[in-house]
Amino acid sequence: MATKRIYLYPKWIRLWHIINALMFLTLIVTGISLHYATRGNNLIPFQLSVGLHNACAIVLTINYGVFVLGNMFTGNGMYYRKWRKNLWPKLWKQFLFYAVGIFKGEPHPFPITKKQKFNPLQKVSYVFAMYFGMPLLIISGIALMFPEKISITIFNISGLLFYDTLHIIVGFILSIFLLIHLYTCTLGDKPGTLFKSMVNGYHEEHE
Amino acid sequence: MKNPIIVLTIFLLAIAATLVAQTDDTLKLKPSYFEVNDFVEDNEACLQCHGETTFIIEDPNSGKSKNERMYSERAIDRDAFYSSEHKAFACTDCHSYEYTTFPHSIEARMEEQFLCLDCHGYDETFAKYHFEDIEVEFQSSIHNIEGFTCWSCHVPHSYKAFMRNADDLQEAILYDNNMCLRCHANFDRFTLLTDREEIVVVESHDWLPNQAAHFKKVRCIECHTEINDSLLIAHKILPKTEAVQNCTECHSKDSRLMHTLYKFQSLEERKGGFVNGIMINNTYVIGANQNVWLNRLSFLIFGGTLLVIGFHTFLRIRKQKKN
Repeated sequence: MATKRIYLYPKWIRLWHIINALMFLTLIVTGISLHYATRGNNLIPFQLSVGLHNACAIVLTINYGVFVLGNMFTGNGMYYRKWRKNLWPKLWKQFLFYAVGIFKGEPHPFPITKKQKFNPLQKVSYVFAMYFGMPLLIISGIALMFPEKISITIFNISGLLFYDTLHIIVGFILSIFLLIHLYTCTLGDKPGTLFKSMVNGYHEEHE
Repeated sequence: MKNPIIVLTIFLLAIAATLVAQTDDTLKLKPSYFEVNDFVEDNEACLQCHGETTFIIEDPNSGKSKNERMYSERAIDRDAFYSSEHKAFACTDCHSYEYTTFPHSIEARMEEQFLCLDCHGYDETFAKYHFEDIEVEFQSSIHNIEGFTCWSCHVPHSYKAFMRNADDLQEAILYDNNMCLRCHANFDRFTLLTDREEIVVVESHDWLPNQAAHFKKVRCIECHTEINDSLLIAHKILPKTEAVQNCTECHSKDSRLMHTLYKFQSLEERKGGFVNGIMINNTYVIGANQNVWLNRLSFLIFGGTLLVIGFHTFLRIRKQKKN
């Protein structure tokens, strides 16, 4: 069986992706440690968690800027911009493939090509994660990093409470996104194929 | 009295006479003072000097007089006094009648100053304040040094029981912290009590993340006292080596803030599903203010996601085995 190889992930994307992954994982672990802190032993000492969380958040924010600028000035942006017609039926089709078709050995309904890096479900979830979730996470995170600068009350509740709750909710949703993202990345030809793509830049698939 | 000019002149003169009779001193006495104190006029005998920044001292022999500055420790702000806990008092309730003569006699100056326990101790009326326990705590406090009394922090002429009646916790925190900073941020005052080196509060707390937010949101005594469950406000100030430096003492579900700052209102245990919910009226403390409902929902979603992934994986493995 021949193997199709497409160069989909240029170096800057791979570098951005690995930095994003490492920072996000550290932020999740330190965030959980802070949220569930006890007076006894903690997953990570509180002060270390605060330091690591802040440092990784700064790197993640800069890295996010790289992502946004990269998508504005390189071809990578088109994967997030061009929305398909009849999105809902296509989303349903992709969902059915993951839920049923995959076990019947059906072919991918939206095979990866140079022009179509993401299937409809990926596209929608990536756009929401990167262009809605991440900005909310970063803005609320900056507010918490400079608590003395934020409004005392927002919508009649403490400004700190507002931003912290928003930060925790968005952080949690993005963590669930990460979990599903990691799992769907095992759905390539072999469980490790898609992970390999993010290392060498080539998407590989048996034809 | 038929001449209207004469009538008008008499009328104007009467008004002018009233205004002249109203001396500067009288104008200083606000109506609110009379609402809370029956001895305002009597107290003025003292406050005409102690309520001012300067006073006049006269030598009856030479007839000379001199303007002296009032030492800040002896100065009393009328507004502060008439809104303090002791607002209803006459000066002579606590100070000897000897002081009513000026210059004050040496006998008057020898007078022992009353301390809190002298009036409030062992009295059922004040039992709920636990003054006796406060005294015991003070005895074992780092503040128990020569010259340091209750008054060093709780100035009797202006003291307010702010925390106990706090409508605005923020204001109460500021009031309370200023009590500490009066000496700890003023080396001139600090040296009156100790020979220790100057403490630069901002530098000695540079380990504290978001220092400004901490100083604004909690009192110094949150970390610098030993918790005492029978006292609403702990008075055993600890040596600096024993001060709390472990973040999770406050930033945790069983936060010590519930035993200190929020002790007054801790009956309101949960608000909107938030652990230590009373805190969120004032702030949000990471670790201490988890929302129980959000926590449960997150466990549910996380568990559900893992279940779906697990089931999907199982079906994939089964399919692979079949092939």
